[in-house]
Amino acid sequence: MNVELLTLTDIIAVSGEAGDFTVNLKQNPRYIDMSKCIACGVCAEKCPKKVDDEFNMGTNKRKAAYIKYGQTVPLKYAIDPDACIYLTKGKCRACEKFCPTGAINFDDTPQFSTVNVGSVILAPGFAPFDPSVQDFYGYKKIPDVVTSLEYERYLSASGPFMGHLIRPSDEQEPQKIAWLQCVGSRNTNNCNNGYCSNVCCMYAIKQALVTAEHLHGDNVSQTIFNMDIRSHGKEFERYYENAIEQGVRFIKARPHSFMPGKNNRGVVMTYFTEEGEQTTEEFDMAVLSIGLEVPEDAGDLAAKFNIELDRYRFVKTTCFEPVNSSKDGVFVTGAFQGPKDIPQSVAEASSAAGEAAKLLVDAKGSLTKVKTYPDEKDISGKEPRIGVFVCSCGINIANVVDVNAVSEYAKTLPNVVHVENNLFTCSTDTQDLIAKTISEHDLNRIVVAACTPRTHEPLFQDTLREAGINAYLLEMANIRNHNSWVHQKEPEKATDKAKDQVRMAVARVARNTSLDRLSVSVVQKALVIGGGLSGMTSALGLADQGFETVLVEKSGRLGGNAWSLKSTWKGEPIRPMVRKLIEQVENHKRITVHTNAQVKTSGGSVGNFTGKIEVGGDNPREFEIQYGAAVVATGAHEYKPDEYLYGKDGRVMTHLEFDERIEKDAAQVTGADSIVFIQCVGSRDQERPYCSRVCCTHSVKTAIYLKEQNPDMTVTILHRDIRTYGAREDLYKQARDLGVLFVRYNPDRKPDVSKAGDDLIVTAYDPVLRDELKIHADYVALASAVVPNETKELVDLYKCGVNEDGFINEAHPKLRPVDMTVDGLFVAGLCNYPKPVDEAVSQAKAATARAGVLLARDVMQLDAVKSYVTEKCDGCGLCVDVCPYLAIQLEDYQRNGCKAKRIKTDPALCKGCGLCAATCPKEGVNIYGFTLDQIRAQVDAALML
Amino acid sequence: MSESFEPVIIGFLCNWCAYAGGDLAGVSRLQYPPNMRAVRVMCSGMVHPDFVVDALTKGADGAIVMG
Repeated sequence: MNVELLTLTDIIAVSGEAGDFTVNLKQNPRYIDMSKCIACGVCAEKCPKKVDDEFNMGTNKRKAAYIKYGQTVPLKYAIDPDACIYLTKGKCRACEKFCPTGAINFDDTPQFSTVNVGSVILAPGFAPFDPSVQDFYGYKKIPDVVTSLEYERYLSASGPFMGHLIRPSDEQEPQKIAWLQCVGSRNTNNCNNGYCSNVCCMYAIKQALVTAEHLHGDNVSQTIFNMDIRSHGKEFERYYENAIEQGVRFIKARPHSFMPGKNNRGVVMTYFTEEGEQTTEEFDMAVLSIGLEVPEDAGDLAAKFNIELDRYRFVKTTCFEPVNSSKDGVFVTGAFQGPKDIPQSVAEASSAAGEAAKLLVDAKGSLTKVKTYPDEKDISGKEPRIGVFVCSCGINIANVVDVNAVSEYAKTLPNVVHVENNLFTCSTDTQDLIAKTISEHDLNRIVVAACTPRTHEPLFQDTLREAGINAYLLEMANIRNHNSWVHQKEPEKATDKAKDQVRMAVARVARNTSLDRLSVSVVQKALVIGGGLSGMTSALGLADQGFETVLVEKSGRLGGNAWSLKSTWKGEPIRPMVRKLIEQVENHKRITVHTNAQVKTSGGSVGNFTGKIEVGGDNPREFEIQYGAAVVATGAHEYKPDEYLYGKDGRVMTHLEFDERIEKDAAQVTGADSIVFIQCVGSRDQERPYCSRVCCTHSVKTAIYLKEQNPDMTVTILHRDIRTYGAREDLYKQARDLGVLFVRYNPDRKPDVSKAGDDLIVTAYDPVLRDELKIHADYVALASAVVPNETKELVDLYKCGVNEDGFINEAHPKLRPVDMTVDGLFVAGLCNYPKPVDEAVSQAKAATARAGVLLARDVMQLDAVKSYVTEKCDGCGLCVDVCPYLAIQLEDYQRNGCKAKRIKTDPALCKGCGLCAATCPKEGVNIYGFTLDQIRAQVDAALML
Repeated sequence: MSESFEPVIIGFLCNWCAYAGGDLAGVSRLQYPPNMRAVRVMCSGMVHPDFVVDALTKGADGAIVMG
């Protein structure tokens, strides 16, 4: 209700400043009236014009009247004016003839409008790189060379071949498939994309593994040709290791020539192995892992908003304000800011929303629409009076299911007092009619036999509320998606099934009761645990939104790891920023800082947490706090290695120690003849099978500094893969240009650091030279792992989830990247996964925005589908153990004068999953809306009992 | 078994995955036999084993829990 979605719309012009922009819009004609379209698809079915389906990357055809894909939002058809026969040639109008709702409007014209807004978020996304400009790959010439996006559609169940993998040349199942990484990325020779696209390594591995699931036979194989494998995200390294175990072949090479195979089937590639041998190999299919680019028209968008772009046309941002463009009030999110994967895009989107909202604080709520409803009738104790509305959905249902027969049948069912058939039950006029019918016939239960409750239940529930009866007195029978659409050739059986579906719904709805959505009051205060960069950024964000915030820091001072870092990968000095942040946090009127402090106890749940804070130091004390939401930012620390002579020779240091040494004694360090960096120390090994994400960039950046100070110095980086993702790749290139030596090592043959007299000698096997290198080193810098700080106490307190490596888990790794597994808790910074400053700031701002959504209202509405105890409960406690949300506890009570036990459920924690009800042997616990009785009635009705 | 045997199958479909999958099958017009009667649940973990046993003893030819 508070989001207006304008599709097919271009921005014409922008004027004004942050807080007061005027944006002129042009909405292009859709030629289909959205208010009438019911997405039945008849227009597309009747449309005679076929064009390439851009969603399937042109691998199949769509019609000129179309939706892009099944899950389109809004789910409304459109007419493609460039393809439509009537709009291009003046004849046809077939869709208009057949549209059951008269939604086609060929007289549609562009609509011009102006909106006045305080802030703007730009999210135009990315364009996939077009590999046809690099003709050596043979793309578009060799049939079996495809792009990764085309391949993705081949693999998809909603793709052109319904998920049955075939190759284009002969439509046979391929056996041997190769992926080529970095097509249109990390390349300044054939295109101007010097950056790493960040996502291709992982999607190639995913495609290889999914391919293995799709194909059968003994000769199935997947090969990924790569320069470095960049699996630097959370759980990504494990995924990569698993792929190796599953037999996916990873070859460090860039094939240089591509020829079609016999009869133009398959592809023959020639490449040099790392050992320098030329090899020719035939594959059934080759997949080009294409990179991400800024879309062509995004440049125009940037120009209209007058924002600066970087050399690759991504929006210029700083590490401390990662979603702010160069123009105040204009924010950016997603791949327009730089190539990135889903979790980072989603987190950044929240972060941009939070920043945009900050500018609107004064206007907050002023345009918000709230709907009001009449008081609900009390139906308790009344006989069910059921109304059944059978929808024809134009011809979508009526073409297959005999809706009249279903309606007549419904009249014979117990408690049914009114039945009618509607052309479109969801249309606005029918909604009004239903509301009227409810009061006319004094209906107290409603069955709508139409489409899916997953999309339409809220609409019909709203109608019930408008008619003054409880929303939960509704039941839907899905006779379209689960019937007429999937049994098109069996109308009689479909009609029988529809009758059964209606009978089941009637049986169930008769047992529905009015349910109250639980309202809980929200304590509009926040707690932030951890006073590092992420914690402080979160606290400041929450306080700026107007919420009282308590910041608890375990150590004696704020700042955390940021104090040890000199500059960001973009070169911005970090310490002045940390100082400024501390000053802002300490002086903010809504932030209370407690150092040497810890959270000791926790109670309550989302919106209403309580806790005890214990403060040590000079003035030890304990006090209680109340808060509605918390951001957890407990941080991480540097791993202290036990190898490479670390701790035995002062010249061997971790990278943070080495940074410190440079600062203390720059002249001596930069005067050295030879410095060696060893990567992945304590990362990507058995004990810590994850990539620490920040170390490659850190070492490369330090190496550049050393080379710039002393070009004669030999700087060697011993690595497994260089993971300078995104635009950090520029640093890698700069380092190579400056003469930094990069030598790859294999974990089976790790480098060795030894002493010859007083000299430090690093020994490493060089796979290119196929020989052992002995490097004299003045210093050895170990890129040691990022290890999460101890979170056991926190886990005990909040029962939140952590992964095997001790990093705090998200509610969903892709779609809810800053929500923790416990409602009301949000996560930011290194405690979630290793990340550089810009990503930590972005995540902290995202956590702030997410917590702000919760804290913005003083009352929170929860769903009514919750567990409750019945009188049959005897306190056996079986359900207590199975509840994944820890929503059930045992309590003592008096039963007939005796002490007894039973369970007590916490509706704020309960998600209504019903594991308790399925576990209980005596029906001692039930779920509102899904009682055992209701489900049983439905099953019995299905079996005609 | 006669050739016209039409089994009655009781399906317990999780709202978030299997039921949504059923919806998408509809949008994609994937055709399948009309023998299943779906009961929508909020989680397949909600399906008490008794429901399956009951369904079978009361005459269902099959029960399928999808989640």
